[in-house]
Amino acid sequence: MTLRNPKSSVVPRRHAPGRPNCGGAGMPAAIALLGVSLLASGAARAASPVSVTGAWFRYLLSSIPAAGYMTLQNSSAEAIVLTGASSPACGMLMLHRTETAGGVDRMVPVKQVTVPGHGSFRFAPGGYHIMCMRPAMQVGETVPVTLKFSDGDQVHVPFAVQGANGPAGTKMKMPM
Amino acid sequence: MNRLRETSGKEERLQGPVGRRGLIAGAVGLPLLLSVPALPARAAGSSTMDVTGWRLPSLSFTMTDADTGRVVTARDFRGKLVLLYFGYTNCPDVCPLTLHNIALILHRLGKEAAGVQPLFVTVDPHRDTLAVLRRYTHLFSPEIVGLRGTADQLAALARSYHIGYSVSPATASHPYEVTHSSAIYVFDARGRARLLIPSLASTTPDIAGTTADLERLLGVGHDGALARLGRLL
Repeated sequence: MTLRNPKSSVVPRRHAPGRPNCGGAGMPAAIALLGVSLLASGAARAASPVSVTGAWFRYLLSSIPAAGYMTLQNSSAEAIVLTGASSPACGMLMLHRTETAGGVDRMVPVKQVTVPGHGSFRFAPGGYHIMCMRPAMQVGETVPVTLKFSDGDQVHVPFAVQGANGPAGTKMKMPM
Repeated sequence: MNRLRETSGKEERLQGPVGRRGLIAGAVGLPLLLSVPALPARAAGSSTMDVTGWRLPSLSFTMTDADTGRVVTARDFRGKLVLLYFGYTNCPDVCPLTLHNIALILHRLGKEAAGVQPLFVTVDPHRDTLAVLRRYTHLFSPEIVGLRGTADQLAALARSYHIGYSVSPATASHPYEVTHSSAIYVFDARGRARLLIPSLASTTPDIAGTTADLERLLGVGHDGALARLGRLL
């Protein structure tokens, strides 16, 4: 089942931890260098190696959890490790996966997810998902989620809020 | 074309619906089941099984109907194919995925869906109130009815069809945890167990195949007409 979600192909902005250390000596040269580097990069912050596509929540009722899904892609050579997430639309966000053994399903918490260098990792129904506790969202809107990584990076991703039947429901005009 | 994998009696026993771990505590008197090896991990294309020859009891239960708030038994649903699935509403991933796939099957059946009654039985009656159940099932499709019973009513129904489940309340060291069988049982209009769908918790479920299996039981189409004839004889 292909998830079609044109809104969520974003390259998230990355918050670089810490601040640049501006020394006192050689100020004019430093300013000149800074000016050159700003012109060269065209932006004050570096782009994150993480890109996220197909991000959506399955929202059901406000009293029960909503599940979030997405595909993470890592453009750098080194693995990156997702450790958590937060959102104003969720009382709490936790990483989980569905585990099946002996014909019985259960949900297990996940401490972290590694996206390999030049690789991807998919959170999809029946497998890994982000569990949004106490969801405050409405079908049809987009909510902001901050993904947190082990090196301190934070990546902002907009998630599309779908109803019970997900993106397929919209397409097939089923109950949302 | 017959889409079901008809197997010999011995092979069917080996493909038991739940393994030892799936049996509910205190499920004694099931020596045949205890000797059945655990169901292997869900393989791609794991298919529906014909359980007509398994001698499972006809569908029987006492539950409260979340739509009406009234006590119902299996007799109230005779005359339709029943799809029986166990889950809970705080399940964010597997249960919605399964119910969504059931909704896709109903959608595909079109007007034949009127002959199918999906039932969603909560294994977590402590947290799942009738009101929540009613709202929850209808998010997926108007036909899906939620059922809620006492712990005994639930245990009796689950035991009949060897459905495994467990509910562990939260403690200091671990959160509230629920496990439940992924299987969906299909009963015919007379309440006889006919099919076992190992799981619909997949993003690549065999919607077309499962729909065709249900159409056959409903007596729709070429194979269905033969099935209807066969039942008359």
